Amino acid sequence: MTTIEEVRQRAEADAKTFGYYLIPQPELLQGFLEGLKTNEDRYGYPSCPCRLASGIFEYDRDIICPCDYRDPDIAQYGACYCRLYVNKQVYESQSFPEVPERRPVEKQARAYGTPAAAAKQAPVQGGQEKPLVKAEKAQPGVKKKLWYCKQCGYVVFREDPPYVCPICKAKREMFAEIESTVEFNG
Amino acid sequence: MQFSKVSGKKNDHKVTLYALSTCVWCKLTKQFLNENNVEYEYIDVDLVDENDKQKIRAIIQDKSGSLSYPTTIIDGKIVINGFRKDKLKEELGL
Repeated sequence: MTTIEEVRQRAEADAKTFGYYLIPQPELLQGFLEGLKTNEDRYGYPSCPCRLASGIFEYDRDIICPCDYRDPDIAQYGACYCRLYVNKQVYESQSFPEVPERRPVEKQARAYGTPAAAAKQAPVQGGQEKPLVKAEKAQPGVKKKLWYCKQCGYVVFREDPPYVCPICKAKREMFAEIESTVEFNG
Repeated sequence: MQFSKVSGKKNDHKVTLYALSTCVWCKLTKQFLNENNVEYEYIDVDLVDENDKQKIRAIIQDKSGSLSYPTTIIDGKIVINGFRKDKLKEELGL
């Protein structure tokens, strides 16, 4: 089981890597770390303490802290949605900006479970050939694709391209889908 | 749905708080209401079952609130998203 200290070290290291700061008020910071630990113990991953998680990894991966929305939120507002991560200016002013929810409504809705949709599993595609690597269980409504950064070539396999390229910091617009085709010969 | 009731001397409004047990701003909202002796009911949405989650989603979206926490609903019509001391003070007359 993860300890609060481990959660703290992870957050501090991540803030340092990206040039961010953690919320300056110690009692609030402690609250966020406890929330992250609770979610990690509960779901197996530290999903955002300020958002409702579904408990299904594929549905929650965009809100696993640090979430997909942190970098664009800090760039625009100076803080992430939770305000756990802030930039230097917000850290020094100690006053918090309002950060609207950037996560699309349809992704938020997945946490509220629609039993009918969940029961209807995605149909199994393809023939009888067993894949070399067993694919993760597909979740209805989640369709992963290959995306590449036109600026640096970074490739990622996920539902949506990142908001910011983690390698070269290019914006989302620089990502394009890789069209792949499989040909069978002989 | 099982709401937790918190009694208070200031009970002229019906205050319902939708919260997450893990969320710092939800805790601060509860603390603020407690300090101001406001009577309210709350539910931690991350701790309820799927059926209740769907009901809560319908309630919040019906009142055109966004699905964010904390969401405070006053007298069934005023929706406050987030921990907004100023708005809570204004609407509750604190």
